[in-house]
Amino acid sequence: MERSGKMSKLKLAIGLGSTCSGCDIAILDIAERVLELVDLADIVFWPTAMDFKLSDLEKFGEGEIDLALYHGTVRTSEQEHIAHLLREKSKAVLAFGSCACFGGIPGLCNLTSRDEIFRTVYKETPSTDNPDFVTPQTEVEVGKFKLTLPELYDEGKALTQVIDVDYFLPGCPPPVELIEKLIPVLRGMQAGELPPKGTVIASEKTVCDECPLRKENKMIDRVARVHEIIPDPERCLLEQGILCMGPATRGGCGARCTKALMPCRGCMGPPPGVKDQGARMISAIASILGVEEEGQMSEEEVARIIDGIKDPVGNFYRFTLPTALLNRKVR
Amino acid sequence: MAEFEPKIIGFCCNWCAYAGADLAGISRLQYPPNLRIIRVMCSGSVDPEHILQAFRMGADGVFIGGCHPGDCHYISGNYKTMRKVMLLKKLLPQLGLEPERLRLEWISAAEGARFAQVITEFTEQIKKLGPNPWKGAGR
Repeated sequence: MERSGKMSKLKLAIGLGSTCSGCDIAILDIAERVLELVDLADIVFWPTAMDFKLSDLEKFGEGEIDLALYHGTVRTSEQEHIAHLLREKSKAVLAFGSCACFGGIPGLCNLTSRDEIFRTVYKETPSTDNPDFVTPQTEVEVGKFKLTLPELYDEGKALTQVIDVDYFLPGCPPPVELIEKLIPVLRGMQAGELPPKGTVIASEKTVCDECPLRKENKMIDRVARVHEIIPDPERCLLEQGILCMGPATRGGCGARCTKALMPCRGCMGPPPGVKDQGARMISAIASILGVEEEGQMSEEEVARIIDGIKDPVGNFYRFTLPTALLNRKVR
Repeated sequence: MAEFEPKIIGFCCNWCAYAGADLAGISRLQYPPNLRIIRVMCSGSVDPEHILQAFRMGADGVFIGGCHPGDCHYISGNYKTMRKVMLLKKLLPQLGLEPERLRLEWISAAEGARFAQVITEFTEQIKKLGPNPWKGAGR
């Protein structure tokens, strides 16, 4: 493209899948730096913010958009179509937020199936009156018209499982300090310098590395849920028995949750080099459960402590189930 | 149809369970050939990721053999293994896998006969459970 003389403006597209739109709000949370963003780039597609249609995206040529952000899990045929369109029209695609990076909270749908969901929602809930068990169809004829709906897939997927993704910006929602890093990235793109493929815009260490709470290398003899104890505001939450995902989670968020004495939930995904966040967390917990003299604890006692963990998948894979090694319930 | 022959991955610690397996071999004890042994320095070095990866790739069962409590060559690796396995056994049913597909046993270097017996038992158990439902479903 013509880039001589005055630097031409970049084209930025923001597409979405199964999302709560918290990611859109997070983009606006960079406050006045939004002005820098729009100075660098024209936003050519952002359905949440303005009245964009799919046809606005379709009219671009191959690779004509410089950077596409995609947030949300891919769960319907329409969302998959948007992901493919963005890939085709863009030079670089960035998975924005935990859903696009790892599958996110909507990815927990992999513990159930479309049929089970339809049965619950359209039949079994007490307030539902649907004797013929009518469920959403992808196509239906009404008189002389044909109405269509996107297909709901059986499982939710991270963006990497659908298209080739260049960059990642995790977080639920991504922290403002990390979103602001997009501005120098865009400036680099304007000069023709792209970050290496696979770059994750976050820390290369874990949340524990950024957490100010004091670690004493204590073992725990009880797993507590947040409402069950009042934590000491100075000490590591995990060492007080609260399941904190810090040791199995990538940093970059500035430990914003543990600073507020809420345990880390793992939204930044697994740290570098780790494929399965839950497996890493199981390792971490296994090394601190019990008493100092490990040999003195019977298997029954260990089982009792472990019994305090009520929902392992929900705790350890809250944001990463679709990209985990065992990424859904088999039946 | 031919009888279902499960594939079982076995992680055996160098100091106890692997030596136990060796003794079973030297003593010419018979046990089913369904076990594929991977020697590790300590059962504590078996990352839960390895176990999940084995299931993902279609292993019908995963066996872990370590030293008896108190006997770990690295002092406490086997206690950590025990807790990892207990946590995994709680996780697996949520993902549709029977916890019985994962088995941890303490086997010393002197227990060749016990090794053969445990593997025979475990293979029978996996045969009853049938193939890993993940097989062919991995994506």
